[in-house]
Amino acid sequence: MLDFQIKEQSTVYDVVIIGSGAGGGMAAYELTKAGAKVCVLEAGQYYDPADPKYITQLKSPWESPRRGASSTRAFGDFDAAYGGWDIEGEPYTRKDGTKFDWFRSRMLGGRTNHWGRISLRFGPDDFKRKSIDGLGEDWPIGYDDVKPYYDYVDKLIGVFGTNEGRRNDPDGYFLPPPKPRLHELMLKKSATNIGIPVIPSRLSILTKPINKDRGQCFYCSQCNRACQAYADFSSSSVLMIPAMKTGNCTLITNAMAREVLTDPTTGLATGVSYVDTRTMTEKVVKGKIVILAASAGETARLLLNSKSARFPNGLANSSGIVGRYINDSTGASRSAIIPALFDRKRYNEDGVGGMHVYTPWWGDNKKLDFPRGYHIEYGGGMGMPAYGFGWGIEGINEKFPTREGIKKAAGGYGASLKEDYRRFYGAYIGMAGRGEPIPDYNNYCEIDPTVVDKFGIPVLRFHYNWSDYEIKQAKHMQETFEQLITEMGGTPLGKKPDASTNYGLADPGRIIHEVGTVRMGKDPKTSVLNSNCQAHDVKNLFVADAAPFVSQGDKNATWTILALSARTSEFIINEKKKGNL
Amino acid sequence: MKRRDYLKNIGLSSLGMAVVSQEAVAMELLQGPKPKPKAAKATTPAVPKYNYGRTEDEIARDAKLLAEKFFNDHEMKTITVLADIIIPADEHSGSASQSGVPAFIEFIVKDQPTFKTPMRGGLRWMDSASIKRFGKTFILCSKTEQISLVDEIAYPNQAKPEVSQGVNFFSLMRNLTASGFYSSEMGHHDIGYVGNKPNNWEGVPEEVLKQYGLSYDS
Repeated sequence: MLDFQIKEQSTVYDVVIIGSGAGGGMAAYELTKAGAKVCVLEAGQYYDPADPKYITQLKSPWESPRRGASSTRAFGDFDAAYGGWDIEGEPYTRKDGTKFDWFRSRMLGGRTNHWGRISLRFGPDDFKRKSIDGLGEDWPIGYDDVKPYYDYVDKLIGVFGTNEGRRNDPDGYFLPPPKPRLHELMLKKSATNIGIPVIPSRLSILTKPINKDRGQCFYCSQCNRACQAYADFSSSSVLMIPAMKTGNCTLITNAMAREVLTDPTTGLATGVSYVDTRTMTEKVVKGKIVILAASAGETARLLLNSKSARFPNGLANSSGIVGRYINDSTGASRSAIIPALFDRKRYNEDGVGGMHVYTPWWGDNKKLDFPRGYHIEYGGGMGMPAYGFGWGIEGINEKFPTREGIKKAAGGYGASLKEDYRRFYGAYIGMAGRGEPIPDYNNYCEIDPTVVDKFGIPVLRFHYNWSDYEIKQAKHMQETFEQLITEMGGTPLGKKPDASTNYGLADPGRIIHEVGTVRMGKDPKTSVLNSNCQAHDVKNLFVADAAPFVSQGDKNATWTILALSARTSEFIINEKKKGNL
Repeated sequence: MKRRDYLKNIGLSSLGMAVVSQEAVAMELLQGPKPKPKAAKATTPAVPKYNYGRTEDEIARDAKLLAEKFFNDHEMKTITVLADIIIPADEHSGSASQSGVPAFIEFIVKDQPTFKTPMRGGLRWMDSASIKRFGKTFILCSKTEQISLVDEIAYPNQAKPEVSQGVNFFSLMRNLTASGFYSSEMGHHDIGYVGNKPNNWEGVPEEVLKQYGLSYDS
C-alpha cells in the first residue's frame, strides 16, 4: 500500500546526484574524493559485476533454459542491462504517429554495464558544426576546453587504441590495442583498396592493468555482460564502488526520483523527492547542490515535472528549451557472407568485447549531399553459438555450392545440413554505421498530459522525425557497405535497403545515444545550462549526463559524458572553495 | 607454464579473478582449478542448473514457465522424431534429441508464446498430411514414409504450393532445432567453438594468416 506520509531525512548532503551511470558515477567519484558528502539516488537495484549473484559472464548458453534468447533482456539473456526499451509499469508515449524508443537500465551503473565500450573523443569540429555547415548550433566550449578532461578520463579509466594523428579523431592516452581478427584484416585490406580508413578501435577495456583494483582483459568477448575482473569500464565497478569506498557516498537504490525540490524564496534547489520502489513510500533527500545525471530523457522529465509557482514551466526552463533538440545517432547496417571464409580453421577468436578495428569518418561533406559524418563498426568471426544460431539457413545454403562444387537445394535436413552449418560458421560479417544527426527544435520530449507511470509520475511523450539529412546519410552508408562487401568478394545478405525503408535508418532511440534535451549555451533564451553545465536559472543545479550536449558528433557519447562530468565536478569544487555555491 | 596456460585451466565456475592481480590469479590456479562440469554424455540430455545471474522478476518468470507443460506426449514424440531427422547423429556429434533439443523447444514456446500456435498447428499439419498419405500419424509411419513426407516440405524452393504450410512449419522446426542443438554443449563441440574461457588473444595463428595471404606487418 502506498504510504502517503512523506519521510524526510534530517541529513543535508553537500550534493545529491540523481543517477549512477557514466555521468552520475563520475560526479560521485570526483566529489567524494574531494571530501564532499554525496548522496546518489539510483532508480534500479544494486549491481556489482564481480558479485556471483549477478554474474552472467562466462556462462554457456545451455545454462539458460532459453539459451540466451532475448525474451526478458533486449540484448539476450546474458546481457548486463536490467530494463530495456519497455519496462513493466514505466511507459512512455509518442506524439503524432512519430517514433522514438527509449532504452533504460534500472541498476547501479545504468547503461554502462552493458554498452559497447566504444570510447571516442569528440574532435575540434564536433564542437563547432554550425560554424562549419551553418546547421544546428555551436557548443559554448571547444575541444581545448574539454581536452584536459578527456586526458584525465583516458588515464583514470583506461582505453585502448592508437594515436593516428587524425585531426578530428584526436589522439589520447591509449593502452595497446588487440590485433585484428581474420575478418578484420580482410576488411582492412579491402577498405584500404577503396580509400576507406580502418584503424584500431578505441574501447575502454584494459589490455594492460592500470591499478590494483582492476584486473586485465582475459579476452572472452563479453564486455556486454559486465566484467567480473573490472577489466572494462562500467560505472558500477569503476566509479560508484570506489566512490562508496571513500566513506563519503551514500547510495540509495530503488529510488525513483519524482521531483527536484526548490525553495520558493531563493529559487534554489533544496533536495529531491523520490519513491522508494520497494516499499512504495515517498521520501525526500536534502542537498545543498543537486546534480541530474538520470539520462537525457529522465533528466528532462525530472525538470519538466518539477513545477512550482516560481517555475511554472518546470525547473530551469524559462527558455522553454528543456526536452527540445533530443537527438539519437543515425544507424544503418548490412550483413554479408564471405565465401573465402567457408570451412575455416577453428581457434579461439573471441578477443575483446567488440570490434578490434573500426572506420572513423573519412568523407568530405562539401562533396556530398548530406551534412555530418558517420563511423563504421564491424562484426563477425567465430562467436559463441547461442539462441538464433543458423536461423534462416534456408535462405542461404542454395546460394553457395559445396567444396565439391555440388549445388544444394535451399533448406534440407540431416547430415548434409549439419555440414552446411559447419561450413558457414564464422563466415558472416556485419557492418553498422553510426552517424551524426542535425539537432532539431521540433524533435522533443515533453510531459504527456494524461499518462502516469506506476509511481504516479507523469511520463515522457516523444515527438521525433528524421529529416532528409539523416536519410541521405543512411543511403550513403548502404552504398559504402555494398562497396566494401563487393571488394571483399562477399555476398550481401537480404535486399539492399532502399527509399521505402529510409535506407534501413533505424528508428530514433534504437541506437541508444539520445542526447541534447537540456542543452548548454551562452544565451539563457536558447539554452538551459551554461558552459559548466550549471542551470542558467538555478545556480546550485547541474546536469552531468548527455542532456547538455549541443550536438553528438559521429562519436559515441560516453567518453564526452565522463569528461564533461569531471569538468563540472571540478567547477563545483572550485566554486565551493570560492564561496560562490 | 605460460600465463595463457594458467588461464586455459580456469573452469567456468571460477569466480576468483575479480579484482585481484594476475599473480594472485596464477597463485589460485596453481592450487588447482576447480573441476569443470563433465561434458554431457551423448546419450543423456544435459540437466541444466539454471543459475545465471537472474533478477528477482526473472527468477519468478523462469520458475513459472518451467512448471508449465505445453506440449502433450504425442507432440513431444513428434518433435523428437522431427528434430532427429533435421539433426541426426553423425561422425562429428550426436543427434538433436541427445543434445536436449525437445526440452529446449518445450521451454521456448512458453517463453515466446508466438511460437505456440505455429508449432502446435504445424505438428497437427504433419499428422494430417501423414494420415492422408499413409493412414497413420507421423510417428507411427516407417522411416521411409516419414522421409518421403519430409522431402515434400524440406526444400522451400522446390516444394509444391499445396504443402506451403508444411514448408513453413518445417523451416521453423529446422531453425528451432539448430538453435537448440548448436547452443548446447554438444553443438559447441560439433561446430568447433573453443572460446568462452579466459585466454590471451595473440592474433590470428600464423598458418591461417599464410592461408589467406595476410600479415600483421602490412
